[in-house]
Amino acid sequence: MSEQGSPVSGTATGARVTGAQSLIKSLEAAGTTDIFGIPGGAILPAYDPLMDSTIRHILVRHEQGAGHAAQGFAAATGRVGVCMATSGPGATNLVTPLADAHMDSVPIVAVTGQVGAAAIGTDAFQEADIRGITMPITKHNFLVTDPDEIPRVVAEAFYIASTGRPGPVLVDVAKSALQAQTTFAWPEELALPGYRPVTKPHAKQIREAARLILEARRPVLYVGGGVIRAGASRELRVLAELTGMPVLTTLMARGAFPDSHPQHLGMPGMHGTVAAVAGLQRSDLIISLGARFDDRVTGNLDSFAPGAKVIHADIDPAEIGKNRHADVPIVGDCREVISDLVVALKAAADAGHTGDYEAWVDFLADIKKRYPLAYDQPDDGTLAPQYVLERLGQIVGPDAIYVAGVGQHQMWAAHFVGYEKPGTWINSGGLGTMGFSVPAAMGAKVGRPDATVWSIDGDGCFQMTNQELATCAINDIPIKVAIINNESLGMVRQWQTLFYNERYSNTDLHSKRIPDFVKLADAYGCVGLACESPDQVDATIEKAMAIDDQPVVVDFRVHRDAMVWPMVAAGTSNDDIKYARDLAPEFDKDDL
Amino acid sequence: MTHHTLSVLVENKPGVLARIAGLFARRGYNIESLAVGPTEHDEVSRMTIVVNVDESPLEQVTKQLNKLVEVIKIVELDGSASVNRELLLLKVRADAETRGQILDVVELFQAKVVDVSTDTVVIQSVGNTDKLADLRRLLEPFGIRELVQSGMVAIGRGPRSISERTLRPVAVPLRAASDFSG
Repeated sequence: MSEQGSPVSGTATGARVTGAQSLIKSLEAAGTTDIFGIPGGAILPAYDPLMDSTIRHILVRHEQGAGHAAQGFAAATGRVGVCMATSGPGATNLVTPLADAHMDSVPIVAVTGQVGAAAIGTDAFQEADIRGITMPITKHNFLVTDPDEIPRVVAEAFYIASTGRPGPVLVDVAKSALQAQTTFAWPEELALPGYRPVTKPHAKQIREAARLILEARRPVLYVGGGVIRAGASRELRVLAELTGMPVLTTLMARGAFPDSHPQHLGMPGMHGTVAAVAGLQRSDLIISLGARFDDRVTGNLDSFAPGAKVIHADIDPAEIGKNRHADVPIVGDCREVISDLVVALKAAADAGHTGDYEAWVDFLADIKKRYPLAYDQPDDGTLAPQYVLERLGQIVGPDAIYVAGVGQHQMWAAHFVGYEKPGTWINSGGLGTMGFSVPAAMGAKVGRPDATVWSIDGDGCFQMTNQELATCAINDIPIKVAIINNESLGMVRQWQTLFYNERYSNTDLHSKRIPDFVKLADAYGCVGLACESPDQVDATIEKAMAIDDQPVVVDFRVHRDAMVWPMVAAGTSNDDIKYARDLAPEFDKDDL
Repeated sequence: MTHHTLSVLVENKPGVLARIAGLFARRGYNIESLAVGPTEHDEVSRMTIVVNVDESPLEQVTKQLNKLVEVIKIVELDGSASVNRELLLLKVRADAETRGQILDVVELFQAKVVDVSTDTVVIQSVGNTDKLADLRRLLEPFGIRELVQSGMVAIGRGPRSISERTLRPVAVPLRAASDFSG
């Protein structure tokens, strides 16, 4: 917070203010630079002092956009994202982003207005019990009716959101508390007797983990989003290169380890690379770093990595052993865990003890070579979506931030763009929120205005939240949007192709006809471009890159029958991965 | 599946019970009984929760409970090393003919009659689950008009206290509040 701890403007600590002024001063004191939100009756008192604040408020078009923008801001900057809404429908519109942030451990603080304290519980106009509603989808939440509590609650909210396993915190403030007189005093310390996240790993567990790593013959580093949140990419690279162990990065961890690195096997899971899936299935030791053995990674749990012992490091003790037994549980911050492992393994190496993984590394290198990421170019001259994303990554480069929606385009973006740095890949992993991309890209661009930010969205997703293009155009937030338009709910359609006899029930969106995305972009004050053949791709991307003062929307009209491969069908074993339709890779027969 | 008794120390704040009940419901754990009340510290409440789960889900229950910011401490109380009590109030049909027999049962169980009317008595009994079930079985033939039973409360035997050490408030220095990447 050092760089953003701007002094509280105006009245000094201890002065008489309204609850609303106290709220804004508290947000300033907590380091808030930007808030995404929409005013309404109950929160209205807070919007008055906000006008005089150092904080930039960005007026969005839908509260869901405010929530996802706060997430994008947080993911891109590593700071707490803040959104604000009024009571009732304003607050309930934040439910999806809060649930999304909860699943993906994104630190955001949502401030909502509530009806006056005397009206709470009376089914008043625009009353909703948002604290009750969001209990299961926030890390913590508060209802404030006493204006004196505002600074402490805001301080606690930011502290809880940003420490331990990060997550969303909601602060619901009654309108009566905003209007009442109070004293502003920023707390110097917080008393949270029930909240003590453990960041420093236990030395004995580190020793035991190092011993298993040295004894293993087929170890694999299973890297999850915790490594990104902990800012542990550098440490991870040291650990990987020191030991030579293969690395795989989950959907939430893309960018934590360079895709170009020879030890990188890519992404595991339902749409993982064959090498990454084989790396887990045939492993004798999984070193899980900030990952949570999600069902989309493990497939059927009973047949997941049957021969592997597990070292499971996570800052959240409840993740350890939740889905898969951990032989060595390590509770701690990933950066500290990895650093300690490096120290232990370096000491072992100095004493002449190193692991022998040569046969394993060769085995996986061979699989990676035989089953690379690949796709078919349609033979009718139409556009392959994978080609668009491959070219986008190559032309735009690894310094840009790529923000995906959910579905086929997300999987292709995860695979084909190519990530070299942490924080350059932002997506909705756990909740799978269609509509995440455009507002999250907006938030990322606000947090990192110098970075090029590309929203990679599907035509279905885009139509859920594209109203935020107006926010972008008006507030000088020049994001770029690549719509991968296959005029379908593509991932659902893919399942219908594979599992429902090509009966395409309600997945045809007709989005090459309605709406006209170029005109829609134009209507929103953005530049609209369209591209429908491979030979136009480079020129279109370059044209979009040349525009710096306006948001750009590119309608990439792609081949509609392209499918995401490889694939492990839901609920089946990772061993049954298909490299392409009806094509099973042959890693199971190989002896090792 | 076996019964486990958890003593949960929580901050005495509004909404804590809803958080805990909600957590049990959404993660699919069944609460057999739950009792909430004050402790020797004003700012702390104590819940005694009896759950019926196997060992490994129990670990998940405990870890998930511990994630709640307002949960301060969880201790599993072993049946043999703790005192467990529930309160039972029974309204039993009792006329001149049966009252004597009912009073015999009451005496046998060291229970108490706390209200009498012409054709009922209200019996109060404190004990562990088994004892109260036995009492109820013996009184059933007379006709139980109404029954109410509390959740179990439990305390460990011996000199140790589960609340003495952990309840000193830990002040968190307020720093880097909005920077989680270090």
